[in-house]
Amino acid sequence: MSQTLAPPPPAGAPGGGSRLRGIDWRSYAIYIGFAVVFLLFAIFLADDGFLSGTNLLNIFRQTAIISVMAVAMTFVISAAQIDLSVGSVAGLSSVCAALAIAATGSALFGVLAGLAVGLVVGIVNGSLVTFLGMPSFLVTLAVLGIAFGLAQLITKSSPIPILNAKFNAIFGGGNLGPIPGLLLWTVVAVAIGWVVLNKTRFGRRVLATGGNRVAAEYTGVNTRRITFTVMLVSSVVAAIAGMLYAGRLESGRYQWGTGDELSVIAAVILGGTSLFGGAGSVIGALFGSLLIGLINNGLILAGFDNSQQQIIRGLIIIVAVALAPRK
Amino acid sequence: MSERPSALDERVERSSAPVVEMRGIEKGFSGTPVLKGVDFTLARGEVHALAGGNGAGKSTLMKILQGVHRKDAGAIRIGGREVDFSSTADAEAAGVGMVFQEFSLVPTLSVARNIFLNHEPRRFRMIDDKAMVRRAGEILQGMGVDLDPPAEVQTLPTGYWQLTEIAKALALDAKVLIMDEPTASLTKTESEALFELIGRLKAQGVGIVYVSHRMEEVYRICDRITVLRDGGVVLNDAVADLSPEQIVAAIVGREVDALEWVERPAATEDTTPLLEVRNLTAANGVTDMSFTLHGGEILGLAGLMGSGRTELAKLIFGIDRPTSGEILLRGEPAGITNPRIAIAKGIALVPEDRRVQGLVLDHSVRDNLLLPLLPGLNRGPLVDDRRGDGLAAQLIERLQIKLASAKRPVRLLSGGNQQKVVIAKWLGRDPDVLILDEPTAGVDIGTKSEIIQRIRELADSGKAVIVISSELAELLAVSDRVLVLRNGTVTDDLDRRDIDDEESLQLAIQGVHS
Repeated sequence: MSQTLAPPPPAGAPGGGSRLRGIDWRSYAIYIGFAVVFLLFAIFLADDGFLSGTNLLNIFRQTAIISVMAVAMTFVISAAQIDLSVGSVAGLSSVCAALAIAATGSALFGVLAGLAVGLVVGIVNGSLVTFLGMPSFLVTLAVLGIAFGLAQLITKSSPIPILNAKFNAIFGGGNLGPIPGLLLWTVVAVAIGWVVLNKTRFGRRVLATGGNRVAAEYTGVNTRRITFTVMLVSSVVAAIAGMLYAGRLESGRYQWGTGDELSVIAAVILGGTSLFGGAGSVIGALFGSLLIGLINNGLILAGFDNSQQQIIRGLIIIVAVALAPRK
Repeated sequence: MSERPSALDERVERSSAPVVEMRGIEKGFSGTPVLKGVDFTLARGEVHALAGGNGAGKSTLMKILQGVHRKDAGAIRIGGREVDFSSTADAEAAGVGMVFQEFSLVPTLSVARNIFLNHEPRRFRMIDDKAMVRRAGEILQGMGVDLDPPAEVQTLPTGYWQLTEIAKALALDAKVLIMDEPTASLTKTESEALFELIGRLKAQGVGIVYVSHRMEEVYRICDRITVLRDGGVVLNDAVADLSPEQIVAAIVGREVDALEWVERPAATEDTTPLLEVRNLTAANGVTDMSFTLHGGEILGLAGLMGSGRTELAKLIFGIDRPTSGEILLRGEPAGITNPRIAIAKGIALVPEDRRVQGLVLDHSVRDNLLLPLLPGLNRGPLVDDRRGDGLAAQLIERLQIKLASAKRPVRLLSGGNQQKVVIAKWLGRDPDVLILDEPTAGVDIGTKSEIIQRIRELADSGKAVIVISSELAELLAVSDRVLVLRNGTVTDDLDRRDIDDEESLQLAIQGVHS
């Protein structure tokens, strides 16, 4: 499986390293980190209700939307691109869905409007990156601002309530028996993402394109199509994430998703995906996202205020990235 | 000593002791011995070839001399003084300089800045640019190189990069220079300049370790040769006393006749050619090229860099597109506008630069081998990994790729084995037309003969093969026909039987006709 790669051997080590060195513990860093943080919180925050079923489900629920976007971002980063526009695309999608529902009263039209936002932005991002050869960092940075401004403009900065119960139930608000709907969305996204990245031709080609675009092209991979597709999928998934915000919060608002791009990218990188492309882990991204959620939750339970939370979160991320596999 | 030491003798210690003396060097990695008691002596002003197959231990030995690795046992003396380097800085301080195969220059900085990188002359604690440029000029002048110290390195041709590297080592008063395949990326003229410089350095008393697979160069500039095999010295003698066969036999461990031409039955001229190129012209420099290639035929492309060899390969494989002219496959217009169409039509290209164009270095050998085979590897919507593993194992076996595990990154393999992976990944697709661009560059002689053998087998099985190579001996060994290219066009189309020797082909390449 090309899910993770061994770290480079220490300078000058010969090809046939020892067995022990062959086992590449760094790619498990995210799971070890997750387990360690979880245990620490379980021990020190037991009295604050950290281990209660509701609290644990809450962590899942709060991280679900980031996790879903992180699955798509894993493909983008594996292909050696980046998408900074996901957060504001989510916001724009939430307001467009809300406006469509308000205008038509139909959940279906709401979903179509949200998806249309993802498609349009994805095609713009993908075309500028593949056909004009602009760096995805700059393209999506610009689109981040445009989408955010657009969402604010068409709503005149006010939230649009969503009164369609069906929409709210499907997107984030509802439960399936005891299981929160958001948890289901996460599981489905991660499962699809894992299979596609590890078990399909498309996944292999994404990794090859990110690993060495020239060699992939010389081997017959349509690297432009691959790049275009990952950018498109990322925007569409971000649009779905926006509808999850809309359903869960029963409204569309331009601020939904603001700043999420940083959490999403952090989750993906924490999960062991190479920032330089060529190696990606969907399960890792899920755990990266959960780890971020876990830390947020634990810090709140421990009674830290917002400023303290920010500092501690930053420090934990630095430690985690220091331990994660690197090129 | 009564005579006043010259300026040079201040640099190179005047003593009868060899510049480098390595005795009984042993080194192992995680229990596997790589060097088993190697002796290596380099005299003042000597150019000493170091040869051996992949994994023979030459790079480990040189890395010990550079202070990258520490020896497990043995003694090293530099200029008679015992040393034990624990870092490359130690080795540099003792006068060991390295000319890197992969250039270690900063392209955006000037020649002078690169030469003095990390050792900048200072004045009042600030970098003294004037002194730096002046001293760089002195060093370059001493080397007999006409190079402008303030010029930015990236604006210079590659040949000058190498010279800058050498100047960099000399700036540190190197008494020993290690050159690893220094001509690999140089043009003929640049190589000549390098050889001239080596002669000059030699006269100044600098000892040079010359790591090369190119026999012609060894004879041209080296005094002695040490051949390593399996971590031990199997040959150490004056080059003049050895025949090329003796050296090659020592490297390979058996007699090889790989570079002997094997005449093969001529391809039938009356059938439709498998590949035909008509008046091909493109923006990449190819101008009005025409030729035919039949199944079962090996066509060599000879020419200098920039003569249109690689450019032609890129056109046939659909990387670049022609502006006019035609490419026909089995008599039909091929309609190749990108590599995917070329591959689908049974064309494969083993590209010039395997690290950049051929391989995803961080991916496993298996994933690299299977990348071109993915279209035929699906089971429903998924990739059939079990069948993939089997195919990869077959290809590894077929080309005898030496590796610890197919799941480890291809980056960990030796150059020769990496090249075999690139060839293997295309053989998996069973192409009708196989183009190999410099297939043996940076490959040891044993692997080279294996690759040549594979090429012959492919042609015997009816495939059409195009081989591009700067090594004429190799080109003559493998080709049935040789096209000579110059300035983007075909100047000669020669039957191998009509080429007497390397010299006559060389003359044709240079455009000198007798």
